[in-house]
Amino acid sequence: MVSRGASEATHRPGFVSSYGGYRAPQGMLSWALHRISGLGVLAFLLLHIVDIFLVGYGPGPFNNLLFLYRNPIFRIGEIVLVGAVYYHAANGVRIILIDFWPAAYKIERQLYYIAMAVFIIGFAATAAVMIADMF
Amino acid sequence: MTAPHTRVGRPRPTGNNFELYSWYFFRISGLLLIFLAVTHLVIMHVVNNVSQIDFNFVAHRWGSPFWRSFDWLLLILALLHGFNGARLSVDDYIRNRGWRMFAHSVIWSALIIFIVLGTIAIVTFNPASFSNATASAGR
Repeated sequence: MVSRGASEATHRPGFVSSYGGYRAPQGMLSWALHRISGLGVLAFLLLHIVDIFLVGYGPGPFNNLLFLYRNPIFRIGEIVLVGAVYYHAANGVRIILIDFWPAAYKIERQLYYIAMAVFIIGFAATAAVMIADMF
Repeated sequence: MTAPHTRVGRPRPTGNNFELYSWYFFRISGLLLIFLAVTHLVIMHVVNNVSQIDFNFVAHRWGSPFWRSFDWLLLILALLHGFNGARLSVDDYIRNRGWRMFAHSVIWSALIIFIVLGTIAIVTFNPASFSNATASAGR
């Protein structure tokens, strides 16, 4: 019950089709997404520091750079950025709860589903406003 | 059925004060960043959006010491938290001693450089020194 995924995939003799394929365990998925979203947000932060540094050179250099962020591809990237921050925040609270509340390991899976529900509701609401702003 | 794990996640480090402080800092700064970063995102991407943000927007916003302080705290905590994550990623993936030392040097150098760049941007910004622009902006 602790480690679901590949180990628990049902292998009934004679029923090859009953193997549903490899499913990443929920803990591995949450860990990988946490790291990818964190490093992605860090990469954007560094770009963002460079752009805001240009504000010290006056309206010309700064406003000239902003075509970048107004590009449609970047505006989709902006939504992905918000998703990465929200995921990292929701999953981060789950990690902190598990670290400081010893009994939390018993409901570890449920905590992940709660964190994902918070993430999806918050992200859907924010993304809806951002997409509406584009038109 | 195997015995249940009595803990999950990354254990609290022992025997090394730097790693212990880093472990606590990662979590405490994370909680603060949820408030700071989500507030920043909502103001910049929901209440306003990138088609409204330009030099005059920044000049107006940084006219307030509160927002300059808010942004500086966000800058410092996000950089320390982010580069701490990058440092742990390096320790996970780079096994070769030489490359690991090189990667750690890059991380610490970049951390210092970006703290300096961001701090200069926030602290020294003075829109009055571009008087032509601010006069035409009328804000």
